This record gives sequence, structure tokens and C-alpha cells, in this order.
Amino acid sequence: MTDDKTPQSQTGPDHMPGPMPGPGEAGAADILAAPLPSAPPRSQWAEVWSQFRHHKGAMAGGFVFLLILALVFLAPLAWSIDATFIDIRARNQGPSLAHPFGTDQLGRDMLARLMAGGQVSLSVGITAMLLALFLGSLVGVLAGYFKAFDNLLMRSTDLFLALPLLPLLLVMVLLFREPLNAAFGPETGIFILIVVAIGVTSWMPTARIVRGDVLALKEREFVLAARSIGTTNAKMITRHILPNVISPIVVSATLGIANAIITESALSFLGLGFPPDFPTWGRLLFDGVDYMQQNPERVVLPGLAISLTVLSVNYLGDGLRDALDPRLRGR
Amino acid sequence: MLTFTIRRLVLAVPTLLFISLVIFGLLMLAPGDPMANVPLTVPPEVKQKMREALGLGDAWHVQYWKWLRQFFWVEPRVLFDAIFGTSLAEGELRALSWQTRSPIMDIVVQRLPQTLWVVGTAYVVAVLIALPIGIYSAYRQYSVFDNVGTFVSMIGFSVPPFFSGVLVIVIFSVNLGWFPSIYDTTHKVVDWDTFVVQLRQMILPVMVLALQITAQIARFMRASMLDNLNQDYVRTARAKGLGEKVVVLSHVLRNSMIPVVTVIALGIPQIFGGAIITEQVFKVNGIGQLLITAIQANDLPMVQTLTFIFAVLIVLFNLIADVLYGILDPRIRYD
Repeated sequence: MTDDKTPQSQTGPDHMPGPMPGPGEAGAADILAAPLPSAPPRSQWAEVWSQFRHHKGAMAGGFVFLLILALVFLAPLAWSIDATFIDIRARNQGPSLAHPFGTDQLGRDMLARLMAGGQVSLSVGITAMLLALFLGSLVGVLAGYFKAFDNLLMRSTDLFLALPLLPLLLVMVLLFREPLNAAFGPETGIFILIVVAIGVTSWMPTARIVRGDVLALKEREFVLAARSIGTTNAKMITRHILPNVISPIVVSATLGIANAIITESALSFLGLGFPPDFPTWGRLLFDGVDYMQQNPERVVLPGLAISLTVLSVNYLGDGLRDALDPRLRGR
Repeated sequence: MLTFTIRRLVLAVPTLLFISLVIFGLLMLAPGDPMANVPLTVPPEVKQKMREALGLGDAWHVQYWKWLRQFFWVEPRVLFDAIFGTSLAEGELRALSWQTRSPIMDIVVQRLPQTLWVVGTAYVVAVLIALPIGIYSAYRQYSVFDNVGTFVSMIGFSVPPFFSGVLVIVIFSVNLGWFPSIYDTTHKVVDWDTFVVQLRQMILPVMVLALQITAQIARFMRASMLDNLNQDYVRTARAKGLGEKVVVLSHVLRNSMIPVVTVIALGIPQIFGGAIITEQVFKVNGIGQLLITAIQANDLPMVQTLTFIFAVLIVLFNLIADVLYGILDPRIRYD
């Protein structure tokens, strides 16, 4: 991932690239157009929300993501067919009223399977993201705040960034699947394995960004003030540092979900994810490949679900980044 | 510049050692046993002897040292022998695959050209497409072209290769029948017709890989151009009456290329990793596919070596990116 290095497009309102207007025009227009301060200053979050609302892509992304969450987690309450119910006489059917998305080679309902798969894929994505965020923020804050840890932690972050992640993930699944299956049962075991594997291999960008922000924050006056009234390190981190680095953490949360969902699907697609009878979006796609000539929708639907989720989350993250960065506000 | 390069080189050594240790440690924990497919009639004492003959009875640090020696000392000499016909590596033990009982590096060398052809072409195509898109969408920020470009690159980011790959197969080989869905690696190019066949079978995998890479590089190029377009030197260049073409293509572009070049270098090893999936979709028998089959067959020496090769690629290209950055941007060197 190179997101942490991406220079953010900082385009001031008075600098539109392209043919320049006549000299002086832009500046004068800007001064005239600047609104007089009439309303009282708003809180930070109101400001963020108003900025976010104007980002069309982000609003659409957020809406689609909520819709997918609702469909996947709430709709099964209304759709009573079980995802693992086998009706062999109704196999390989096209879309019909009884089965809106058709059935698979064992006659299982595709809609129910898509919803069940979504539950697993999204839970894996969200849990792995939370784990990666926790690790990343911990490492980032420790490295930025305590000088003694900085070198060691950042060196190890660099080392982790140099690991070949996908091959290592595959190796981890290969090695630990059996013992974890034996300890927790096939579904919980592989869930824990995949979440932990994705979590411990994707915290590095967050750690880097958080560390950079903490380093800058540490030099600010309010930190000095807090220190001079005797705030302890623990209080300082929880009260003053963490609330101020929440915006990069939120942005990397969205990127983290997208990354985790794709990684989980990739593992399932390579046959090293969840067990075969256990639906996830990646697994459904993998199973559908064998039938793609007769029933292309069996490949397209789970693929669309993955892509749409990731796309919406990415747009959400884009909008959040713009909204949370004061330098970009007011465009 | 030389000290800068040397410092980076020295830093790469502990990194590589650490990674090799991680990979080695992970695989030491593996439950796999190379004797698993030896007939059950073979008595346990004989199996134990066979294990020791494979070097599995040694302490872990001895095994680790032997592996490192094979990777960094024996294999380069074998390569040297193969090229110059010398016999430096005569009598040395080479790391063997448990599946085929042949030296791992020989198999890797067989598989590498396929990966390099497909991945390399995709990368070149993607960079050639991405740069103009990035430049133009930054130059006309928020224009229709820019918005469409942003949307397309968002899609390129979001659609995973195992879906886009299958999708293009459904569209172009199943429904339209324009291209083959499987990459035939035994195909040899001898004349124009076979060249056309080769081209046709490369189009789909290259398309899938290139979509992803284009998206990333085009977005990066755009952001970098935007950063530079607002700099004072651009205003100065315009003020002294230079044409737009000169301002954008020689002043801004050259400065914006600095981070982009390093990103392009950094992306190369990731592409090898990402190509694992694409190779699986199109049945290209490159090194990614080799890794998957080795994992499925529990062929631990092969998995170990391949993972380490990926790691070496990452470290190598990180190094190249660092040095390139230092060459292109003198401010970096004195950090």
C-alpha cells in the first residue's frame, strides 16, 4: 500500500490550473466573494459533516454501504430460506419468483447464499479492520509519543512492509488451519485465523500515518500546557493525542475494510479460505467459476457484491479524507 | 550519492535476514512431513533415517544456515555454471522440491519467463496508459475527463482481479469468443500467425492486470501533478511567457515524476504477488501458480524458497526506489 505517501491534492480556491485569468482578477473576486463572518463558529464535527455532505461520491458511497449492510444483516429476517438448504430437484435454476437469483448446482437458493456470504465477508472485513486499526494506532502512538520506542517500532514497521503479504497469508492459512479447526471448530477456527492473519499484515500504513501526526501534535502548545499542569502520559494520550489523530484513523478504517474484504475473498478464491459448504462472497465466486458458461450470473453476482462494497467504502474514505482535512475544506 | 546508496544497501541485509527468519520460522512450525507419501510398509526406523538424510534431524539453526547457504551461495554458482559452462557448484547439495525431487531453482527458472512476459507486458502497458491520464486529469481538474478518470480508477481499485478476470472471460471468451480463456504456455512464436495467437492469448490477462496498475499510477500521477501545478515556479514560468506546453510538460511534469517513478518501482514486486491470482484465473503456469500448487501439495521447501524470492524482489525494488529518489531529488540524500 502506498496510500500513506499519496500527496493529497491541495488545491487552494484561487489556484485553478489551466489558462490563468487576467492578472489581479482572481484575487479581487476572491476578496469580494469572501462571506462576512455572520454565523457563530460551528463545532468541528458540524464542519466536517457539512463538508462531507457536499461530496457527492462520498454520500453515494455511504448510502450504498449502509444499504448493503442492511440487505446483508437485516434482509435474512424477511427471507426465510436457509443458505445451506439443499433442494436437489431445483438445482441450476434461473431467476424465478421463488428464487430471485436462481439456485446453484445443489439447489441452494442464491439470494440466501449471497446474504449469508455477505455476513461472513463483512464481519471478516470489519473485525480484521478493527484489529489492524488497533495495532496500527498502538504502534503509531507509542512510536510517535515515546522517543525511546520510535526507532525500534518504525524499523519493524518497515520490515513488515517488506514482507510478501499474499504468499505469507497463504502460508499462514496452510499452517494454522488444522490446529485452529481442532480447537474452535471449522468455522470459528478459520474465522479467527483469517481475521488475525489479515489484521497482523495490514496495520503498517495506519501506524505510519498516526506516528507522523502524533509527532507533529507533540510539539503543539496545548500539549505543553497539559504537561505543565502535570498530566500523566496515559491521560495525555487518551485525552489529548488520540482525539486529535482520530481523523487519519477513520480514513484508514475505510481503506482497511476494503482491503480486508478483498484479501478474504482472494484467499477464498484460491481455495484457502472458509470450508466449501460455508458461503462467503469469495467462495461463491470461486464455486461459480465452474459453471460460468451455463450460469454466468453465479459468478457475476458475488463479484458485483464484492466490488460494489469495496467501491462504496473507497468513495466513503475519499470523502472522509477531504472532509476531515481542514486544509482541503471550503472548496 | 555513493554513501547514500551504500547505507541503503547495508540496511537491506538485516531486512532480508529478518524476513528469511520469519519465513523459515513459520515453516518450521508446519505440520507437513515429506515422508507422508512413503509406503506404510517402510518401517519407522528407515523413515527416520530418510528424514535425517533430508537434513530434517538437525537443530533449527543448522537447517536455517544450510538453507541460506543454498540460496545465496550454491544457487548463484549453479547459475554461473549454467551460463559460462564452468563447474563451480560441482558436488554441492541443492534445495530439492518434495513434489518433483528436482532442484527448486530449476523449476523456478522454467516458470519465470511466463510470469515475466504476462506481468511485464501488463506493467508497461499500464504505465503508458496511466501517465497521460494522470497528467491530463490534473491539468483539467474537475473537468469531465477528470471525473470520468477518477471514477474509472476507483473501479480499477475496487474490482478485485479474481472478479475482473472471470468477468472478461465470461464476456470475451464465452459470449463473444474473441480470445482464448486459457493461456497456453507451450505455444511457441515462430512466424506471424503464431505471433498473432500469442498476442490474442495475452490480451485478457494483460488487460486485467493493467486495469489495476493503471488505476493506482494514474491517481498518483494526478495527485503529484496537482501538488506541483500550484507551486511558485509554475507561476514564474508562466509569467515569463513560456507556452503552456513547455510549462506543463517540461517544468511541472519533470518535478511530478520524482515520486511517481519511485511508486512505479515500488509497484513491481507487488505485481508479482498480485499476479498469483491472475495466473490462477487464466491458468498461466508462472511462479504464482507454482506457489499455489506447492502450498496445496504441502511442498515446504518450494513454498519457502518462493516466498523468499518474493521478499527479495520487494526489498530489491524498495532499494531501487530509494536510490532513484535520491538521484532524482537531491534534497533527499542529506537526510
